[in-house]
Amino acid sequence: MTYAIQAEGLVKRFGDTTALAGIDLAAREGSVLGVLGPNGAGKTTAVRILATLLQPDAGSARIAGYDVLRQPQLVRQTIGLTGQFASVDEDLTGTQNLVMIGRLLDLSVADARQRAAELLDWFDLSDAADRVAKTYSGGMRRRLDLAASLVGRPAIVFLDEPTTGLDPAKREAMWDVVRRLVTDGSTVLLTTQYLEEADALADEITVIDRGRVIAHDTPLGLKRTVGGQRLTVRPTDPARLADVRTILDAVSEKPVETGSRDTLSVAVTGDDAMAATVARLHAANISVTELSLHLPSLDEVFFTITGQRSDEDEEAA
Amino acid sequence: MTTTLSKPTVPTSALVPQPVQQTSSLRRNIRHAIVLAQRNLIKTMRTPEQLIDVTLQPVIFLLLFVYVFGGAIGGGSRHDYLQYLLPGLLGQGIAMGSIALGQNMNADIEKGVFDRFRALPIARSVPLVGAVLADFIRYLILCVIFLGFGYVMGFRIDTNPVALMAAVALALGFALCFCWVSLWVGLKARSPGAVQGVMFLLIFPLSFGSSAFVATDTMPGWLQAWTKANPITRLVDAMRGLMVGGPVTENVLITLGWMVGLLAVFVPLALRAYKRRA
Repeated sequence: MTYAIQAEGLVKRFGDTTALAGIDLAAREGSVLGVLGPNGAGKTTAVRILATLLQPDAGSARIAGYDVLRQPQLVRQTIGLTGQFASVDEDLTGTQNLVMIGRLLDLSVADARQRAAELLDWFDLSDAADRVAKTYSGGMRRRLDLAASLVGRPAIVFLDEPTTGLDPAKREAMWDVVRRLVTDGSTVLLTTQYLEEADALADEITVIDRGRVIAHDTPLGLKRTVGGQRLTVRPTDPARLADVRTILDAVSEKPVETGSRDTLSVAVTGDDAMAATVARLHAANISVTELSLHLPSLDEVFFTITGQRSDEDEEAA
Repeated sequence: MTTTLSKPTVPTSALVPQPVQQTSSLRRNIRHAIVLAQRNLIKTMRTPEQLIDVTLQPVIFLLLFVYVFGGAIGGGSRHDYLQYLLPGLLGQGIAMGSIALGQNMNADIEKGVFDRFRALPIARSVPLVGAVLADFIRYLILCVIFLGFGYVMGFRIDTNPVALMAAVALALGFALCFCWVSLWVGLKARSPGAVQGVMFLLIFPLSFGSSAFVATDTMPGWLQAWTKANPITRLVDAMRGLMVGGPVTENVLITLGWMVGLLAVFVPLALRAYKRRA
């Protein structure tokens, strides 16, 4: 099996803070690896090491077979990087940004222009091509940044939280881009805080927390571990919570959890749970203001894997 | 605006792994440096206020120094003081003009543009050399403004045009060497404001503790020792000799020596800081 991305035992410390405490990552050629974790888990640090921007204190990594420490220039010829914060030049137009990158990648002026036009068209930025990037909206900047990382047709693309801060419609659009990249043969490493996103895109998911890998699985396997979907019920009358709990206990074998604002939730498997719950609620004459079936949040994933809540607020990104 | 990124118009050629190319050759590096210099020039043209330090500032300094101090210092003759002062202010202007380079480099780091360049398969020195190349234009503007406005105020060379050209060439050459100090500070400092603070701390003793504004013979002995060791004194004295007459050779040679020294120390320091900056 060929791995496009392979990292072993990466360690990185910043002063007293251990950003990475020895993590392993691997992505097969042509696949999407989702790296899932809260703020401060070490996702960005890991990406920066793999993209040769940062040197690890210990461990090794190979990108397309090239060692990130010994052959950084060869790694750089293979990768495209889109950071969490859009790194386009605000004083340049969209076209100028992309042509500049193309020229630095040794395209001729004509080829660089053509490639820039292609990408601007793909990312729906043709109308803004000659506007200074300063005037772009956040979403447009993100897209230009992603376009800039694709100028050299990289075989391996790193996307560091590409949808953080984007509204749902733009998020879907970004997901389409990732799928397109994979269809065209690229390998993608994507970091995210959303299980939903990793589930939608990734072939395999590595969950990291505080610089450690706490789980690695396929989306299906991970969902199996954390109980697939969750059913959340909020009765109109909080006095009926106990009755709702009884119903949920009957529907699922997993423990029922009390959520915020008078909600109860439980992990369920199969499609019957929802229908059964609706029927039982109706029979018991309990009206609800919320009844939903959804993938577990990152917080719930962590709770299931580690037995404790992720304390993302305590750690810096 | 609503967007659909899944447009079916994507070229099918897209996103196949590119073949690995031969890494750095000199010609390739020079081409890359020119591309990045162009970028800096575009940025400068888009925000012309970035040129204030090499356009308006020299004019204001010339006016202030000549009309505030000129009468008192030049033995009553403002013209004599202008003749003495202009090469000195040019020396100071070159040192001050370098600050923007470090600030811009620092801003690139803050905005993440720097990461984009570092993740590209280009030589490490290229973004730095490109920035310095673009800065050359600023120093050229500085020289033209000083000499042009100085002429309007009555400054005249007492030598010949060839000597004047030599003085300008020396000024530009020194600028291209000295600006690596600012670049290094820009790569080390935590904010563009800090770059300015550090560079002021360095440039004020260098420019005022020199022969730039007044002859050094009234200064206390320890300060005279400092002015003699100071590269700005040598640069200013060399330019003064070439523009209005006086000793030239020794000052030019020592200035050239300083230029080599500045490059030998600060180019490696800047490159190292660039590589290590996380």
